[in-house]
Amino acid sequence: MQMNEYKPLIVAFCCNWCSYAGADLAGNNRLSYPADVKIIRVPCSCRVNPMFILRAFQRGADGVIICGCHPGDCHYTSGNYYTRRRMALLFSMLDYLGIERERTRVEWVSAAEGAKFAATMNDFAEKVAALGENKRLEDLRCKK
Amino acid sequence: MQKVMRDVLVEKAVSLLSDGTVDRVLGWKRGEFSYDITPAVFESADKIRDDFVWNEFCGANFSKYLVAQTKKTEGKLLVFLKPCDTYSFNQLLTEHRFDREKVYAVGIPCEGMADIAKLKAIAGDGISSVESDGGKLCVTTVYEDAPVAVDAGEVLLERCVNCKSKKHAAYDELIGEEGEVLESGRFDEVEKLEKMTADERFAFWQNELSRCIRCNACRDVCPACTCEKCVFNNPASGAENKAAANSFEEKMFHIIRAFHVAGRCTDCGECSRVCPQRIPLHLLNRKFIKDIDSFYGEYQAGAEVGSRAPLVSYTKEDIEPSEVFDGRE
Repeated sequence: MQMNEYKPLIVAFCCNWCSYAGADLAGNNRLSYPADVKIIRVPCSCRVNPMFILRAFQRGADGVIICGCHPGDCHYTSGNYYTRRRMALLFSMLDYLGIERERTRVEWVSAAEGAKFAATMNDFAEKVAALGENKRLEDLRCKK
Repeated sequence: MQKVMRDVLVEKAVSLLSDGTVDRVLGWKRGEFSYDITPAVFESADKIRDDFVWNEFCGANFSKYLVAQTKKTEGKLLVFLKPCDTYSFNQLLTEHRFDREKVYAVGIPCEGMADIAKLKAIAGDGISSVESDGGKLCVTTVYEDAPVAVDAGEVLLERCVNCKSKKHAAYDELIGEEGEVLESGRFDEVEKLEKMTADERFAFWQNELSRCIRCNACRDVCPACTCEKCVFNNPASGAENKAAANSFEEKMFHIIRAFHVAGRCTDCGECSRVCPQRIPLHLLNRKFIKDIDSFYGEYQAGAEVGSRAPLVSYTKEDIEPSEVFDGRE
């Protein structure tokens, strides 16, 4: 086993009702996606506070992806509409501060889209791996 | 030079206090130095006559003080508001942060406030007094015998250079004439930054934000930051203290600070005015305002009471986060 092969650490916030079930379906269908994707289940994509995302980066994540129900399909009717506004502004702000755009993403994945989930994670992991380690948002104090 | 003189304001405050309209007066008084003007609450006419100050250094936005001060007073509180302060005033009312019935707001015109750092850069250190004389500020320093005359227009605060409005958005009584909303170039600098490469932007912000000493002055002065419990007071937030220069810590604080007021920030510019390290914090707030304007339509927080802030509302056709960079390099 090669010890020094770089693999990005990816944090995926998945909403309980659609995307987490989508991830489950991907598993049931034996679709493969990178093991470095760490899934955090949230009740709704709008539970994701911008601080969670920055905190993940601070603690060493290389990429953060937020997955929720498709707009219009939110279990709570409107949660993902708020996510959409918040993340559009946050990502634009991160770009303004000179952070690579490919490190963050929002993707709508329904419970029936196991294949989309796996494909999204594969694609995202590849893009983040191409960027390399997250140097701009790391916090030296959080280094192990 | 302010068009309305101190005596007019003193007279107004004294008459409202003596006829019982108000119990207390929120005004400015001299601090340690003549250019160091600090907010103060006056309860007697004598105190107002002795200590009340109105000059080029009365930058403080009183809107936020109303949250705490209206709770301490039985009757009404007189507050003097400059045009830009009235936007914060409306925004706080929208958020139900103070009782409108307890406030008597007097709108006063403002010709722009002076930036002491810009003044020091021209006149030098050791300023012992600053006198306003026409459009000039006559600065006496301990090192020079003759006072130096500085053009007041040259030393305006950043927010006054790009003044967005001379029109009062709220008042009970107006001194002077009603002004107008102005066309300002307040997004010019944001655009300049947007045109840079990501590396240049990162270097720019690394340079600016790494100077932060985490004094929290920007948060404490911000009229949009009125939470009784702040996330940054949490010792486990990972953002409560100063970190090594190259760390992410300061960026996290400033991104979150700006995000928490996004859509509610009236662009009053208090954060940049009070920053002891002279970090251009307004550039973060203005970026959010500019993005909100372009993504969700023009919105000026505090222009009216009761308007719905962009981040607590949505439409089904909103821009996707993945489309934000379409058309940008």
